[in-house]
Amino acid sequence: MTIREIRDIFYNGLWKQDAGIVQLLGLCPLLAVSSSVVNALSLGLATTLVITLSNTGVAAIREFISNEARIPIYILMIAVLVTVVQLLMNAYMYALYLVLGIFIPLIVTNCIILARAESFASKNGIFASALDGIAMGLGLTAVLVVLGGIREIFGQGTLLSGIDLALGEATKSWIITVIPDYRGFLLAILPPGAFITLGMLIAAKNWLNLRAKRKVHGENATITPIEGGCSTAH
Amino acid sequence: MRRTMAKASFYTASNLLFFALVSTALLAWTYELTRETIQQSIEREKLKLIAQIAPPATYDNDIMKDTVQLAADDLLGSDDTTIAYIGRLEGQPSIAVIHAVAPDGYARINLIVAVHHDGTISGVRVVSHKETPGLGDYIEIARSDWITGFNGASLENRKSSEWKVKKDGGTFDYRAGATITPRAIVKAVHKALQYYARHRDELFAAGSPSSSGESAQSAVEGAKQEVVKEKK
Repeated sequence: MTIREIRDIFYNGLWKQDAGIVQLLGLCPLLAVSSSVVNALSLGLATTLVITLSNTGVAAIREFISNEARIPIYILMIAVLVTVVQLLMNAYMYALYLVLGIFIPLIVTNCIILARAESFASKNGIFASALDGIAMGLGLTAVLVVLGGIREIFGQGTLLSGIDLALGEATKSWIITVIPDYRGFLLAILPPGAFITLGMLIAAKNWLNLRAKRKVHGENATITPIEGGCSTAH
Repeated sequence: MRRTMAKASFYTASNLLFFALVSTALLAWTYELTRETIQQSIEREKLKLIAQIAPPATYDNDIMKDTVQLAADDLLGSDDTTIAYIGRLEGQPSIAVIHAVAPDGYARINLIVAVHHDGTISGVRVVSHKETPGLGDYIEIARSDWITGFNGASLENRKSSEWKVKKDGGTFDYRAGATITPRAIVKAVHKALQYYARHRDELFAAGSPSSSGESAQSAVEGAKQEVVKEKK
């Protein structure tokens, strides 16, 4: 693999094809969970782990599976992988499991994993697929963290609340009270707040894209509302 | 033509079958490999939680060793034998910690309920659950003190109709966005208290403070089985 290809994979995962604000795949469980930075980060990292493993697995077996049966086989693989990761974590990394454990079963329902298996891992080598998993996972994590941060500030007036559950009692002092004596804003915490915030993030990204394009092609250039998109999303 | 189609279908089917078998084997193997370790960590966690809800001042025996095995029961929501921990103070029955399952959450919610001898709740804790993070997980003591709302409740001080969340006309709090979870827990705790009321004497009959162990346990088992028979 050339440096250029690797760079393309990361550019796609983190910006151009970002799973969170461009492909908009399997967001429902993610949106429900991203009500705080710590939850969002936990779910993002768990998803990155699973998507990297599933991409690697699919790339490894892609030569041996029948074309007609590939989707059920991917689903089977992903479900098994998630369950195995959950069991191993529960047994050998119990402290981490207590934090991430409840997020893991949610990931099975996330179709970004299946989408990457179908649109990337089934056509590329093991190494490239693993990298794509990492890039897509990190892209999603970044969006979730921003989303979680905005919702947490508006919803509870804090940042990093609950970090002591993830990293131990000592980190409790990391919690930042952004707005003191805040009474809370329920809408931001509930799923509608997630959709509204996500919509604004997408608008912001499109605005940035448009501005970049107009710099190059002049003032009348336009972009399609969601650039890129993923064929399996339709 | 027909032959090649049949061949292709056969290939696809055997392909699927092969992956199904490999996946099942992998899952079964991992499950076997991790089962014991997982069980141990759950037990360790449970002991920590028991210490939280059964105040040391309420008993002077070794509560972890003074145990009774309870047969599966609808009121406990259990479909397997569970262990109850019995606390005694100067030989007098004082507190019992029983395991209850709330079957109608997102998945089974495992609870432990500590009940004073007089039938008042000393405390409730969630041992394991699969509720939605950020919405239903406020039932964990690490995340919020919601679960302490059960402290002091009993069948006497709350009528049957009050054993519901406030939204359904009861007396227990809930959080907007997640009502199914607290509903399931309130119901399970209520049923556990009913179980306790029915079986209190058997629970504490397990033996004098000094005699715990197999003979006492099997005596209770026997008594329980009779009860089950009578019900049938």
